[in-house]
Amino acid sequence: MKNATLGAAAARPAERREPFTTISGRPIAPLYTPADIPSLDYQRDLGDPGEFPYTRGIHASGYSGKLWTMRQFAGFGTPEETNERYQQLLAAGGTGLSVAFDLPTLMGRDPDHPLSLGEVGKCGVSVASLADMEMLFSGIDLGAITSSMTINSPAAMIFAMYLVVAEKQGASWQTLSGTIQNDILKEFIAQKEYIYPPRPSMRVIADVFAFCAAQVPKWNTISVSGYHIREAGATAAQELAFTLRDGVEYVQCGIDAGLDVDEFAPRISFFFNAHSDFFEEIAKYRAARRIWAHVMRDRFKAINPRSWQLRFHAQTAGVSLTAQQPYNNVVRTALQALAPVLAGAQSLHTNSLDEAFALPTAEAATLALRTQQIIAYETGVTDVVDPFGGSYFVEKLTRDLEEEALAYFDTIDRMGGMVEAIERGYPQKEIAESAYTYQKAVEKREKIVVGVNAYVADAEAPIPLLYIDQSAGETQLTRLAEMKARRDGSAVRRSLDRLKEGALGAANTMPLLLDAVRAYATVGEMCDALRDVWGEYEEIPVI
Amino acid sequence: MAHKTRVIIAKPGLDGHDRGARVIARALRDAGMEVIYTGLRQTPEQIVSAALQEDADVIGLSILSGAHMHVCPRIMTLLEAEGLRDVLVVVGGIIPDVDIPKLNEIGVRGIFLPGTTMQDVVDFIKENAPSRLETA
Repeated sequence: MKNATLGAAAARPAERREPFTTISGRPIAPLYTPADIPSLDYQRDLGDPGEFPYTRGIHASGYSGKLWTMRQFAGFGTPEETNERYQQLLAAGGTGLSVAFDLPTLMGRDPDHPLSLGEVGKCGVSVASLADMEMLFSGIDLGAITSSMTINSPAAMIFAMYLVVAEKQGASWQTLSGTIQNDILKEFIAQKEYIYPPRPSMRVIADVFAFCAAQVPKWNTISVSGYHIREAGATAAQELAFTLRDGVEYVQCGIDAGLDVDEFAPRISFFFNAHSDFFEEIAKYRAARRIWAHVMRDRFKAINPRSWQLRFHAQTAGVSLTAQQPYNNVVRTALQALAPVLAGAQSLHTNSLDEAFALPTAEAATLALRTQQIIAYETGVTDVVDPFGGSYFVEKLTRDLEEEALAYFDTIDRMGGMVEAIERGYPQKEIAESAYTYQKAVEKREKIVVGVNAYVADAEAPIPLLYIDQSAGETQLTRLAEMKARRDGSAVRRSLDRLKEGALGAANTMPLLLDAVRAYATVGEMCDALRDVWGEYEEIPVI
Repeated sequence: MAHKTRVIIAKPGLDGHDRGARVIARALRDAGMEVIYTGLRQTPEQIVSAALQEDADVIGLSILSGAHMHVCPRIMTLLEAEGLRDVLVVVGGIIPDVDIPKLNEIGVRGIFLPGTTMQDVVDFIKENAPSRLETA
């Protein structure tokens, strides 16, 4: 009986070549049976949704009570331009904001710094001071929405600005909710938007944990991110392993700073890629929840179940978008978005069809949001929790990914932790190797990318694109100069001096940053003050 | 004996997304070229100085952030000033169509857009790098 089924499934069209592998190069059998998961124990390994180890989800009722948050990452040009896009996204049914900052802001440089030339407002919105932040959220009630801010090295500075805007609007910090990415380890590993060396960078993160535990208790203090690790070329298992091991490092860092684990761990959230290999992605999210639950309960002895529960945001894979036949990207994105929905994501961003070329037009961004709404309201996939639970294939993949990730944990633990592993270039080299292996597979047509190495079209009509000219940069330069002329320069200097003193000692930097922000110190000035104390990190380039 | 082509791979600007730069660097090295990867956030001055010091035949720039119209003209001017006008300059990344003729005009010879194969880049450099004999 089993052989007959296997024979039927194995008879594939002649043009398909074995062995079959996932996009990460994982070998896949033609059929999975109970023999693939002999030791699977329902209570121990899966549990009902809402129960330890949360493999099947963190909420007993899945999406039947509340859908995921449809949070579209957006930001470009001046704060006014981005504010207008936010108003459109909220009017179109978006349920949370997600701020994309430009490269100068991400790197802690003001628009008037020489390195900012040509970059102001290009890849995101330019925010140099509290004045820009006030404009960015003008007319948006911060007490009523949640905001996610993709900011890492200057996360504490930008967060301080958000808190002061909320304070000015009269919104209470006690109920304010949202997320700062604040994940510096993956910057060293993958995205490379770092400023300070790893150790002082980790200290600021611990400062944010401690500050929020006391004053902004509903804020997600960190979004431990695999997205960028995957985009840099990691396999699914590497994304899973390095992200969760980064999470371990942050928890340890909070504990080392004297915090009780259950005081800050419930506010840690995660951010994963939603790549093209459908089942591997579903298994990845499920494995992530199971690993985290065990890590938090067994390794860190957390006793609050909220510390055990891995909450995550997902974004479809930017790296999979093609410049060729760009409308194909709508289909890719829709299929990619299904995986995190079927695996119980808490929030989701869907990419726009034009993002292989530029930041999205308003029309493309709306279509991306509609993709989520169609999944949510028309497909019925939201009605059942963890519909793939118990699938021989998905459970086997979930276990394999878990085991592979835990093997990486052992290697990194033996190196002394993630900071040490990063300093030795270990995750960086692993990822670079995977990126090169994948690219070679594409060029040998072992992996097919429709429109790129198969079904190629000769001539293609151009699509409309968002073009960001130099005017945003010019506006921001003028505005910065005017703001600097208006503010009390001696108050700024005093606040920056106090920040440096605090950074030299052991003071929590958050209250010092809040004071500097209230005095309208710029992102560049605050980051420079800390550069003076901590220096800058430089990567040893390896290929 | 044929001279081994010497290539500088550089990432100018503030962007840190270096997957493309690293993959191309590996591919060129595997194709038998001498590759020097400068690392991140290099100014045009640093890139041209590296080309001078390393006696480079080729400069490959990876730019995704939209800063190409600021970075490339500056590099071409500096190369000219240093007497390095024979160095082949190529750019890979996200370059809007409207900017391609402008880059060609200032002397950027190869522009590689998303979807380009590593083999295409290797072939282009092999065909277009300045030829010279081993002087040793």
